[in-house]
Amino acid sequence: MTSQVVENVLQALMAGLLAGAIYGLMCVGLGLIFGVMRVINFAQGDFMMLGMYAGYYLFLSAGIQTTFGSVIGPYVAILLSGPLLFLFGFWIHKLLISRVTGRRTAQLDGEGHFAQLILTLGVALVLQNGGLIVFGSVLASIRTPLSSSAWEVGPLWNDLISVFINKARGIAAIISIAAMVGLTALITRTRMGKALRAAADNPVAATYMGIDIDKSHRLAFGLGAAVTAVAGGLLATNYPFHPYIGIDYVIVMYAGVVLGGMGSITGAFWGGMTIGLVQQLSTLVLPTQLQNAAIFVVFLLIIFLRPQGFFGHVVERT
Amino acid sequence: MPMLLRALAPTLIAAAVYACLALFVTNSYYQLTLTLVLVWAGFGLSWNLLSGYTGLVSFGHAAFFGLGAYTTALGQIYFDITPWLLIPAAAIVGGVAGLLVGFPTFRLRGHYFALAMLAYPLALLYVFEWLGYQELTLPIKRDNPFAYMQFSDPRVYTLVALVMLLGIVAITRAVERSRFGMALVAIKQNEAAAEAAGIDTLAWKLRSIALSGAIAGAIGAFYAVVLLVVTPQSVFGMLVSAQALTVSMFGGVGSVWGPLIGAAVLIPVAEVLNAELSARLPGIQGVIFGVAIITVILVAPEGVFWKVRDRWMKRRAGAVPAPAAASSQHHVIAFAAAQAKSTVRPERRDGKVLLSVKGLSKSFGGLKAVQNVGFEIHEGMILGIIGPNGAGKTTLFNLLNGFSLPNTGEVLLDGENMVGRKPHELCQAGVGRTFQVMRPFTRMSVRDNVRVGAYVRAASEDEARGLANDAVERVGLVAAADKVAAELTTKELRLMEFARARGQAAAFATRRDAGRPWSWRS
Repeated sequence: MTSQVVENVLQALMAGLLAGAIYGLMCVGLGLIFGVMRVINFAQGDFMMLGMYAGYYLFLSAGIQTTFGSVIGPYVAILLSGPLLFLFGFWIHKLLISRVTGRRTAQLDGEGHFAQLILTLGVALVLQNGGLIVFGSVLASIRTPLSSSAWEVGPLWNDLISVFINKARGIAAIISIAAMVGLTALITRTRMGKALRAAADNPVAATYMGIDIDKSHRLAFGLGAAVTAVAGGLLATNYPFHPYIGIDYVIVMYAGVVLGGMGSITGAFWGGMTIGLVQQLSTLVLPTQLQNAAIFVVFLLIIFLRPQGFFGHVVERT
Repeated sequence: MPMLLRALAPTLIAAAVYACLALFVTNSYYQLTLTLVLVWAGFGLSWNLLSGYTGLVSFGHAAFFGLGAYTTALGQIYFDITPWLLIPAAAIVGGVAGLLVGFPTFRLRGHYFALAMLAYPLALLYVFEWLGYQELTLPIKRDNPFAYMQFSDPRVYTLVALVMLLGIVAITRAVERSRFGMALVAIKQNEAAAEAAGIDTLAWKLRSIALSGAIAGAIGAFYAVVLLVVTPQSVFGMLVSAQALTVSMFGGVGSVWGPLIGAAVLIPVAEVLNAELSARLPGIQGVIFGVAIITVILVAPEGVFWKVRDRWMKRRAGAVPAPAAASSQHHVIAFAAAQAKSTVRPERRDGKVLLSVKGLSKSFGGLKAVQNVGFEIHEGMILGIIGPNGAGKTTLFNLLNGFSLPNTGEVLLDGENMVGRKPHELCQAGVGRTFQVMRPFTRMSVRDNVRVGAYVRAASEDEARGLANDAVERVGLVAAADKVAAELTTKELRLMEFARARGQAAAFATRRDAGRPWSWRS
């Protein structure tokens, strides 16, 4: 009996860590956009949805399945969806978002931000419902034979306990962590990363140092879309998806970003990880339908109790 | 009251025309569209009452709408209560939900507020799904349809909706014209200044969200009665919250006409497209709303109503030459003279002590900004505080008017320690404040700017108006009184801020007989 409980807890913990790694990467995409631009992007969940469909169609119709086979193929397709969504994000920013953000509004508080919020809400509505028209409402998934097999850890503790790790989820988590490490290197080591961080820190001072703020924002927006899209593709190897999936995950992403402290990239990753753990561990005590409600409650609690997040700090100006 | 009636006249005419139109439409689908236009207009107005006037964008108005809809559905299914009673009940549920949501959420600002509001309806959506209310159908009452609001003639629904909408318009109008509306607009334009002008911002925001939630609840309840089917997605979904926001943004926020225009234009378009194309293009309604939002934000971020109005006002202003600026110049000089006179007035050290500051200190980390400051201000005294940059003058003023808390020391006002009081409470006690960086309510006229301050003391609307006019006259801004604050020169702004502080203070003098009150200038 006790061993059964321990096994359930360990299994949920493992599931939480695996889901958390993907959520973490997803949150990093949003955290990047928010950190650099201070824009709340409601369409981030729909960028993820586009990433899922991009991976899906690349895998099925761009000859990737025949070239790389059905084990490696999905991952190639998913990684290729990144650059596609980068371009998409880049152009969305150039055509729409840059009209209401950037140098002109960097200093503004209050009303200046509402335009951004509402604009991205409009983009989200178009993408969701446009997605419904283009892709249809049938559930899709990026199928890989790995999602139906698992590694077994154990048996442990006198052969009573063994934990199963789904192979597809395990690989997705590993790729997420690798992508996270690569992104951190990009942000901290390269010239572009430094420009992004400078633009995030103080847009006006960055302008004086010869950094093109609008270009930095565009790069951050594209990069954020790409990262979230890859995370979405990885998620799609385990979970079926539909055009409206974005709205569920946009809350997950914001919960993670707020938890990690708005503006911190590593914070966003750990925030996403925490959300994954909360979601999976909540299944031990709550019915599965309330999983998402649990996330919202945790999200509200975080906002109320520690709005600066775990890694952020309060900056208040009069 | 007759003034309110005159203000409502254009609305009543529009309503009469709409009712006539509705009576001639026999196609039941088009009639439903006519009803829905009114429903979404009412919902937009409820959103507008909170977000339009206070500027706090709510992405979660579906929470109130959905609770109202479920109140009606559950009440009728399980307790067999008539919607005539359930709609008011839903309004109460919505209002209470507004208070419950508002109380914790108003501590948040900007982005955080918007995100938190988004979470409420979505959490409720999952809770109602879990409770097993995936699809509730209201029972059909064939024996007594009227008692259960189940009219065989769909035109009656439109008329009922029209009456409800008129009620909501009247409420919005009444709010707009009272100190309630003034307080909300002041909060939107500058919360710190509003607080310093004596407005209890939290209390007004709570009143606003309670009223807004109540209206949304009632509208949601009526929506359930019209459609007869309630699902979590159709009442708590993202599209519902977005609908309120879209019709208001499209028409223009912060005005009664905005949501009405928005709903009248967008809803029929979306419904017709939905009817014609939804079989082939299932999400077309959402796409239209999305495109509408994007277009409005890029082309006319203030909304159709304001765009048209601004253009019209400009044309009218072009025809009538603006009053000469010279007269206001004259008044400014007069004021300067008066001010100079008051400073040479003999100082009375023996007067009653109004304000006494003892051992006041404030440090930020290692920086000691204000250290052990103490002084007394007697009745009739003017005290200037001077010092080089970084001496801590502004910090001292912030401590005195409650924007920040001192580490040690006390501030005694009429012998009472005021440390720890909020700015608006201090303001009510007689501490006015103007700012180094001026904080006008830019879209309000000079007179209204001053009126906001006067509400602190004035018992009635008329008294506030009187006090404001008085203060405007005293600082010599009569010529500019009807200008919008955004058009003023720096000097005029400074005078206006002084009048605003004086408007409160004058009331202080008349009510408390405490001699000449004073205000701070930082």
